[in-house]
Amino acid sequence: MIKINSKNVDVFYGKKQALFNINLDIEENQVTALIGPSGCGKSTFLRCLNRMNDVIDICRVKGQIIINDFDINDKSCDVVRLREKIGMVFQKPNPFPKTIYENISYGPTIHGMAQSKNEMDEIVETSLKKAALWEEVKDRLHEPGTGLSGGQQQRLCIARAISVKPEVILMDEPCSALDPIATAQIEELIDELKKDHTIIIVTHSMAQAARVSQNTGFFHLGELIEHGSTDKIFKNPENKKTQDYITGRFG
Amino acid sequence: MNKNKEQLLNKRYKAEKRFRLYGQSAIFMALLFLTIFIFKIFSTGYSAFQKTWLIVPVTFDAELMMLEQNPSKEDLKDADYYDIALKSMADLDPNANEDQENELKRMVSYFFEREIKRELLNDPSLIGKTKDVYLTASDDLDQVFKGNYPRDLPEDQRRVTDYQLKIFDQLVELGKVESKFNLSFFTYPDSREAELAGIASSFMGSIFSILVCLMIAFPVAVLAAIYLEEFAPKNRFTDFIEVNINNLAAVPSIVFGLLGLGILLAVFQLPRSTPLVGGITLSLMTLPTIIIACRASLKAVPPSIREAALAMGASKMQTTMHHTVPLSMPGTLSGTIIGLAQALGETAPLILIGMVAFVNTIPGSPLDPAASLPVQIYIWAESAERGFVEKVSACIMVLLGFLIIMNLFAQIIRHKFEKKWS
Repeated sequence: MIKINSKNVDVFYGKKQALFNINLDIEENQVTALIGPSGCGKSTFLRCLNRMNDVIDICRVKGQIIINDFDINDKSCDVVRLREKIGMVFQKPNPFPKTIYENISYGPTIHGMAQSKNEMDEIVETSLKKAALWEEVKDRLHEPGTGLSGGQQQRLCIARAISVKPEVILMDEPCSALDPIATAQIEELIDELKKDHTIIIVTHSMAQAARVSQNTGFFHLGELIEHGSTDKIFKNPENKKTQDYITGRFG
Repeated sequence: MNKNKEQLLNKRYKAEKRFRLYGQSAIFMALLFLTIFIFKIFSTGYSAFQKTWLIVPVTFDAELMMLEQNPSKEDLKDADYYDIALKSMADLDPNANEDQENELKRMVSYFFEREIKRELLNDPSLIGKTKDVYLTASDDLDQVFKGNYPRDLPEDQRRVTDYQLKIFDQLVELGKVESKFNLSFFTYPDSREAELAGIASSFMGSIFSILVCLMIAFPVAVLAAIYLEEFAPKNRFTDFIEVNINNLAAVPSIVFGLLGLGILLAVFQLPRSTPLVGGITLSLMTLPTIIIACRASLKAVPPSIREAALAMGASKMQTTMHHTVPLSMPGTLSGTIIGLAQALGETAPLILIGMVAFVNTIPGSPLDPAASLPVQIYIWAESAERGFVEKVSACIMVLLGFLIIMNLFAQIIRHKFEKKWS
């Protein structure tokens, strides 16, 4: 099933065009990896999906991105509601400089998801369990989230993102600041999370894309060169550029 | 080739050594000036915290006080103390003629009558008895006792007469002159008599001014800074505003004083010489300082925190109020305190709005006339009496102490609450 359907998406930073006519469908409850060399526009595309590009003054997005039969670039779209449905995990772990508990409870609080303290405790617990962090932090929920290790912080950020039960989780190179062990934990987690969420992950590591994703899109110089099932992209790419990239000839 | 390299290396070492030397000598100079300054102020000022008292036997003669038998408390308050006060001073030298009696009277402050009255009100049973009472020495004798008075000047060039000195020396020998902690320096308002002048009115004036300044400048500045930094579009107009805020911070303070005079006093008819007007004028000065500090600390909050909040579905306002502003508060607060410390030391604008007036009452609200500490320094420094010299230094010490405490507080806030970003 198609979860996200993007049609003719163009993105401009001022006068410079960063994305050219992107048409990409994202499958529900699967992991889609976006790969490509630095500056190819894969992160820009990711940020279109929850309209994080709105933050950048000079950035303009054209085209349609349809999620649940609804164009998120439409004027009637409320970004707060949109971002409640589409969570995001960033490249560098960015927990709030608050306690672990407050980090998780922030989203549910502002969206009014818990009526009582008990409910909130439950949300915090399930979110942390889903992010495979509960066992490590259950005794220090009220200590600052910034005191955790890098990998733990990133899992905290994932727990924070899933606390509002988003349908889609966007991950922007979530492992680039982590060591291999922490990376393995996150990858395992992604595999687990795809049961309940649709995941789109931007990654620099082709091995990672091959390990965690079912679908892959290859971006180059602002264009979507090729997309399809991960198996096909890695074993039998149609485009010469894709082949050159995945075999390490450039990028 | 190798030799050349060695030479280069040596040159570099020497340059580094020289640079260190310059830096060290600069710091040494700065410390030297500071030490001289502090030493000068302390050595002149410390004696103002001591006050000289003459211990004079006073006979509470009911007849002289016009008191009837078994007087009530009211009677005691209304009684005439001038005669017994005068008599006790005159009694110091039984052979004194009229002129000399007058000189004797001038050895103590004009407050002596009230000091005697207070003694009796504290203990009404003293009527008819004689008791040693502490009387504030005149400012000149105070200085004589502290050793600051040039006794060897010819008599017609000093205010203390030879006769007064003679009697005073006798009292000193008898142990009837005592130096005690000068509490009245902190509890009395300003006075024309140096021995009675205190900083209470100017101190309260400063406190009220600073409070008014804080209450106006802080909210306005913080809101302005948040809007400019987080919400305003970045365009020519906001650039223009930013430049002007920076310019405002560089405007000489006397210009703000003129503004206060022209607008607050002339147009709005606010009461002259009051901490209210002083505070408003100072707040104009403090405003750019706080705006700049607040904007800088908002800028220092990493964008990743804003992104995290936005991505969680927080609105712009929630992101700002829940995350950015709380994180910027330590920097904002320490900037505010530093701005207030500047305002506390400001003199020129306050002189223009009339806070330089002689105020001998302690203000109870920002609407009462008051002086302020730096203006008090200015007023006293202009006074001719020798007794005010040490008061000036003492007042500077109080002001400096205040500033040091505020700056220390700013430092503590900054260090304690500032988050370290990895």
